[in-house]
Amino acid sequence: MDPEALVASLQESVPGAQIERAPSVDRQTTIYVSRDEAPAILRALRERPDLAFAFLAELTAVDVWPKEPRFELIYVLVSFVHRLRLRVKVRLHGTDPHIATACPLWPAANWLEREVWDLFGIAFDGHPDPRRLLMPEDWEGFPLRKDYPVQIRMKPRADEALQVTAEEFRANVMKDRLTREPPRGR
Amino acid sequence: MPDIKTEVMTVNMGPQHPSTHGVLRIVLELDGETVLSAAPTIGYLHTGIEKTTEQKKWQQVIPLVERMDYLSAQSNSMAYCLSVEQLLGVEIPGRVKDIRVLIAELQRINSHLVWLGTHGMEVGAVSVLMYCFRERELMLNLNEMLAGFRMFPSYMRVGGLREDLPRGFHDAVRAFLDRFLPKLHEYEDLLTNNEIYLERTQGVGVISKDDTVGYGLVGPIARAAGVDYDVRKYFPYLGYETYDFAVPTQTAGDVFARYLVRIAEMKESVKICRQALDRIPPVGAFAIDDPRITPPPKDRVYTEMEALIQHFLIYSQGFTVPAGEAYVPVEGPRGEQGFTVVSDGTNRPWRVKSRAPSLLACQALEKMIVGGLIADVIAVIGSIDVVMGDVDR
Repeated sequence: MDPEALVASLQESVPGAQIERAPSVDRQTTIYVSRDEAPAILRALRERPDLAFAFLAELTAVDVWPKEPRFELIYVLVSFVHRLRLRVKVRLHGTDPHIATACPLWPAANWLEREVWDLFGIAFDGHPDPRRLLMPEDWEGFPLRKDYPVQIRMKPRADEALQVTAEEFRANVMKDRLTREPPRGR
Repeated sequence: MPDIKTEVMTVNMGPQHPSTHGVLRIVLELDGETVLSAAPTIGYLHTGIEKTTEQKKWQQVIPLVERMDYLSAQSNSMAYCLSVEQLLGVEIPGRVKDIRVLIAELQRINSHLVWLGTHGMEVGAVSVLMYCFRERELMLNLNEMLAGFRMFPSYMRVGGLREDLPRGFHDAVRAFLDRFLPKLHEYEDLLTNNEIYLERTQGVGVISKDDTVGYGLVGPIARAAGVDYDVRKYFPYLGYETYDFAVPTQTAGDVFARYLVRIAEMKESVKICRQALDRIPPVGAFAIDDPRITPPPKDRVYTEMEALIQHFLIYSQGFTVPAGEAYVPVEGPRGEQGFTVVSDGTNRPWRVKSRAPSLLACQALEKMIVGGLIADVIAVIGSIDVVMGDVDR
């Protein structure tokens, strides 16, 4: 199936969808779709028998800061039956970036979307488990954003040590010695 | 007899558990010995390699990506180089393609050997580890001969290879392959008909054909479940379509099927290596002839002004890559592997993203172990062959 037929077939299953062909240098035909139409188009790609993109190879994002719309979400899809590869891209605006989740279509999207949320701060509506994946759960900021500084000098944090006065300490040691059983000598 | 009160127990497996292949943590809920739920937790090895690559020049990224999946270092760097070369729009010489095929297949054998040894040890066949690491040692010697490094050779370069093959490399590889095939039969003697091993692995960690594809587990795990997808056959690169090899598949989808697939893959890799060796002339081009990308030979740098300038430019500024985006899939030891490389037209990458087969394997772990026994968790983790460096990056 050539790229034109693929786009035509998508147009047929999602009437009125804006599908924009983009040049690509590799095997993947590239199309841009809008955020609101993306769920319907992805569903058609997954479920139409003449497309049958059963394998989600990659889901990631690129930050083109300071340009707007700032984020590009990339889905790389593979159809085994038709030996096709396709790259679907969605542009997302920097203020409140969010898109519907792809987990119901491909279970593989679960952690991939969590990773994108973790590192780029793009929210996935309806995601079953929207937590950070790689960074600690209390981390602030989204490290792979281009306006996130590369090196941050932070004061090392430490929990306060247990506050015991010298007398209390000595008393505790003595108490420990007194309560311990004396060694059984011969 | 009164009912005995039992309760569900939550067990933290890892991150410092010797059988989790690094720092994988799984929170298990157990009812007796049965696993009720499993929640893999990752990120303990996250080092931000993808963020670091954005600060490096194109060639400087290669040692970094080799340290992601540290058991198949050269597959990583090859996938990265192929993506960048695609963006550059350059065609590498045929000899370089054949050498890359040879190295990639040796790397696959290397990675599978580590997998086989550790997996065998975890299910109780400790001697297999010694057998496998004996041959892996020879393999690391080959790496050392090739590039001076044993684990992370950094031998790939954008546009070709770092230097030509060392003298006598063909013979060294042939000697290894001749020695390796009989040893492979030794491993099979130890495991394939071993009653204990069969008990531990057959019918354990089963995942269906559709689930492997849905969870993105393409590679040996999917082939063990009956999916014949192999990037080398479906979307050939580096001239793989001209090599004669088979894609071994099984249908059971359990731990034992994955073992059979990987053993068969090693045999096919040996076949490919021999074909590649026959094709590689002992001397010839080892990089593209492009003064922007390939540094001049050292003897010219010392004697010619132009070569010195070229050398200086390449090592101080690097080269620029046209703006765009490329993803070239390759068949790594763990399945489809590739790098999404985005350029903004400068001498540093804008974004480098690795498709990590281990990450997806970790995700599907829950699917494979829930409902099974806790002892089988170890067998399953071993069988999906996760490398935590690849999971966390």
